[in-house]
This record gives sequence, structure tokens and C-alpha cells, in this order.
Amino acid sequence: MSYEVNGQTVEHDEEGYITNLNDWSKELAEVIAKQEEIEMTDEHWAVVNFLRDYYEEYQIAPAVRVLIKAIKKQMGPEIGNNKYMYELFPYGPAKQACKIAGLPKPTGCV
Amino acid sequence: MEDGIKKFLYVNRKAPYGTIYALEALEVVLIGAAFDQDVSLAFLDDGVFQLTKGQNTDGIGVKNFSPTFRALGDYDVNKLYVERESLEERGLTEDDLQEIMYEDEDDDWAEKPSIRIISRAEMADLMHDQDVILSF
Amino acid sequence: MSTLHTVNKSPFSTQSLLSCINHAKDGDAILMIEDGVYGAAAGTGVASVVAEKAGAIKFYVLAPDLAARGIDTSRLLDGVEAVDYAGFVALAAEHDRAQAWL
Repeated sequence: MSYEVNGQTVEHDEEGYITNLNDWSKELAEVIAKQEEIEMTDEHWAVVNFLRDYYEEYQIAPAVRVLIKAIKKQMGPEIGNNKYMYELFPYGPAKQACKIAGLPKPTGCV
Repeated sequence: MEDGIKKFLYVNRKAPYGTIYALEALEVVLIGAAFDQDVSLAFLDDGVFQLTKGQNTDGIGVKNFSPTFRALGDYDVNKLYVERESLEERGLTEDDLQEIMYEDEDDDWAEKPSIRIISRAEMADLMHDQDVILSF
Repeated sequence: MSTLHTVNKSPFSTQSLLSCINHAKDGDAILMIEDGVYGAAAGTGVASVVAEKAGAIKFYVLAPDLAARGIDTSRLLDGVEAVDYAGFVALAAEHDRAQAWL
């Protein structure tokens, strides 16, 4: 199972999370988003970039409530709230955004 | 004690990479944090090695999870008790441990250290004061 | 308020029994199970540590684990009591919490 980006093949698992975290690129993010039926906006990118930074610093993808709390602090309550996050990522902000961000599934997600 | 809130203590007594205990404990703490209980972590015996600075696992092909301890504050886990005698027996001091901070919601988000060094007697008291003890 | 501690490692390969004894409070119980039962025999290098605390702390050992390892109850340290599985359950019920020393 794999994504195709600029003629390159990127392996992913059965749920669509990429196998090698170093394979990620912005182009790949767009490809995964498309498959998830998400049109990437600045707000989507803010969440994806936050997740990547968080992973880089702490070596984990944050739980949803941690993500929302942090986005609220960084971008204000209009964006950092449960409802808006689910509008951006209907199948779950942590789960779906992590997939687009090229990170493993968040700890505790089944 | 608030209704339904129990005191949970996660006891860490193993070094980080020789066995899977330490990583498993950390994952359970992260998952368990969703249940909003009164959580503390204890580090004694070889468990104190989990918190040392400068871990680099590039050469052994396993994930370095020591940075993840610094995320615990985001999960409202901010009581990490480390036993002084266990440090001393291993030639360590507090300076050998990484800095782990949390933001205190009740004090205008002031940054405070999560690590508290306590004596063996205080550790025994801490264990005695819990509703549930989870050992790793 | 008291704790039932369980120790399941040989005291000759890990510090678990020693660490357990060092953190147990008067009135607590320590139950040796699996390879932990090697700490219950008389005449060993750790016998004096156990004997010194026996009294303030109650020591128990799980009989089926002893038998499996060929240790007769006649070789137990004074102050260490053998219990069966039902006894293990009773100890767990008697104390306010259980703490495993792995």
C-alpha cells in the first residue's frame, strides 16, 4: 500500500499512516488530504504544522484535548475549540491530522 | 478528595532501554491521563535512570522516549517524585536529570518544575497515601 | 491503612525484595511469589534482612511456588508463613491496596 507523489512511492499502513516518517513532504500531505477528502486551508496547515513541531519536540503525537488546548493558546479560541477542529478534520482532529502530518497514530487512539 | 477522583501512583523502578517496562509505563500514563485522576509518578531504584539528560539512542535502533516526559505537563501530570537515595546510590544528582516543567493553571500559567526530589522515607509515605499503585 | 506488597523476583538477582522492605510500613504484609520465594528460606544471604523486619512487617510465601522449586516449608525462615492461593486472596482483601515489586 502506498501513496504516489511526484513519481515517488511512499509506503503506508492499512489505515493510511505512512511507514517511514522521513518520507513526509508538503506535497505528500496534500495527497493524503485529498484521499481524506480534505481541502487544505491555512487553518489545516496550522494544525498539521503544530503536530509536526510537537512530535519533533516530544516524540509523541498529542491527544486531542492536548492539541486543542495548544491550538487555542496559539491561535485563539475561535480556532482552538472542539467544534471548529472537527469541522476542519471531520474524522477526528488528532487521528486525521496526524495522518496528513505524516505522524504515527496518536497514543491511546484505537 | 473530589468525588470519584482517586490517587494513582505509577511506580517506575526499571532503567529505560534494557526492558520495555519504562516505555510501557509512560504510554499507560499518557492514556490514563484522559481519566482525570490525581496522578503521581515515582522514580526509584533503576527507574531514576529514565530521567537522565543526554540520552541518545541513534546507535541502538530504538526510540529515545526521554523527551516525552517533558510533554506530561500538557496532560496535567506534573508530580514526578524521584528518590534521593536511589540517585545517590547511582552516583547521580538532580543536575543529571532533565528539566521537566509544567504550567500551573491556578497560578497564571507560571512555569514550575515537575520533578520533586524526596527521601526514601518520604517515598514510603507517598506510597502509603495512594488509592491505586501501578508498578512497572 | 495497610499495603500488601508482592515480590516475584529472586532477591539474588534483583533489589526488589530489599527495596520493598525499605519502603514497607509497619503493619504491611510482604508476600513472596514466583522466584520471590527464594527470599523466604533460612540460611541465605538475605535471611538476616528479612528476619530483622519480621514482626513489624508480616512475611508470607506462596506455598505452590515454594513446592514447585523444591523448597520444603521446614526450611522457611522463622516468621515467614506459607499460604495457599485462597490465603493470597484473603491477604489481598485484608489490605487497603496491593503493590507489586517487579
